[in-house]
Amino acid sequence: MKLKGRKIYKGVAEGEAIVTKDGISFYGGVDPDTGKVVEVGHELEGQSIAGKILIFPTGKGSTVGSYTLYRMKKKNTAPAAIVNEQIDTIIAVGCIISEIPCVDKIDINEIKTGQKMVVNGSEGTVEVK
Amino acid sequence: MSMRLTPEEQDMLDGKLGKSVQKSMEILTTLGEIFDAGCMVDVYSVQVAGVSYANLGEAGLEFLNEMAEDGNVKVLTTLNPAGMDRENWRALGIDEEFAKNQIRVIEAFAKMGVITTCSCTPYFIGNIPHFGQHIAWAESSAVCYANSVIGARTNREGGPSALASALTGRTPKYGYHLDENRYGQVSMKVNAQVRGTDEFGILGKTIGDKLIKLGKNIPLITGIPSATVEELKSFCASIATYGGTALFHMEDITPEFHRYPKPSGNVYEINQEELEKARFELVDDNLEVDFVSVGCPHASINEIEKIASLLKGKKVKREFWITTARPIKRIADEAGYSKIIEDAGAKFAADTCCVVAPIEGRFKGMIVDSAKACYYGRAKNKFKVRIGTLEECVMEATK
Repeated sequence: MKLKGRKIYKGVAEGEAIVTKDGISFYGGVDPDTGKVVEVGHELEGQSIAGKILIFPTGKGSTVGSYTLYRMKKKNTAPAAIVNEQIDTIIAVGCIISEIPCVDKIDINEIKTGQKMVVNGSEGTVEVK
Repeated sequence: MSMRLTPEEQDMLDGKLGKSVQKSMEILTTLGEIFDAGCMVDVYSVQVAGVSYANLGEAGLEFLNEMAEDGNVKVLTTLNPAGMDRENWRALGIDEEFAKNQIRVIEAFAKMGVITTCSCTPYFIGNIPHFGQHIAWAESSAVCYANSVIGARTNREGGPSALASALTGRTPKYGYHLDENRYGQVSMKVNAQVRGTDEFGILGKTIGDKLIKLGKNIPLITGIPSATVEELKSFCASIATYGGTALFHMEDITPEFHRYPKPSGNVYEINQEELEKARFELVDDNLEVDFVSVGCPHASINEIEKIASLLKGKKVKREFWITTARPIKRIADEAGYSKIIEDAGAKFAADTCCVVAPIEGRFKGMIVDSAKACYYGRAKNKFKVRIGTLEECVMEATK
């Protein structure tokens, strides 16, 4: 299955999907040292997003979150790619400065946690294998 | 890509003008695509936020250093408050390690040619656009002031996007840069007397809270016969904090009030009772004041003169910070106000403020004349708070 969305940041990444219906705040909501979601009550609380294809509706919270993504990239705890329903500026800027492939305008209901997939940020496509 | 770029902008994006310019252009074109901008627009000036090491951390600093390798600002660029006073940090109880890191952040900005006066009131220190000029500012209170009071044009930028505009001299033309997005969306009539920085802050909270409930962004406000620059500064900070507002129009006070078609629909009235309720919400129970902070947003020379005249010949008995931009502090030095204030035992905290300094938990109760400072004092620093007039703040410090 191949879904067509909008390219946000270029590059190709392959990996395992981790999907949530909750928004994500990287500043305060994710521990950049471990790559685990730490926001209390979040659907992914306690789970690691490091190296995964992270799929969520949209970003939330402080603009400092862009820098948190950058820090995760440097520590090898960042997701391999990000797929959103609707991008926000924090995630967009975070992906650009961290060079994480990113696509939005994807119906995330089509994707299940654990599926192997390829995100092509240059073409704006998401392929579930 | 549907955005039209000039040949020079395309060269920037292609990396012909260096790595940091390319990264900046990637940020700006992506934001332009997301928000359907047709093209870029030249900006007169930039205000960069994300300066306190407490917020940036090592990652943010690393990013800044990377951009500073070959990045140079193309336009006048000033900085938001840092986490400490660059000269007086020891007296304000900032630890050595934090100070060292904060200085590294400021040095990275300086290397890019940013003017490192750290202030949330760039319009007091020479970063002053004229009516209609396009700018790219971060710092929500200054964005609101520039859009509304001056009539310049800016979106609410974040740290990296503002820096990207500084290094390219461009911003994507969408949002508040366009006439059609600057119309008043809802009318509000103030049926109460509003005076002083504290009351204008309370009014900002009242209107801001109402805008959130209504799902609107731009209020058209009537019923305010006059307002000082300091009152408007406080109002901007508050309405931006509580309402996320980047632009308002105020009859006979702001320049674009009559420029656009008026909103149809209800006129919401704001009466004395509502303002009193909002004031009540900015006063915590069982408050024991051990910290007095004035200058959110940064104090003007007028405010410092007033504080000096209130403090003359008195001694303060509690920690009392006056936060301001360093050039304003220098004017106060020359005018003799600083000596009066410091002789009384109050402290200047230039370059920083009670919102971004690393003072979480250091004090129990804070009195301020700013509704914005109340919000962050509670949320970020875990203080109990009380809003009062400037005179009440000084009185509390000396009693």
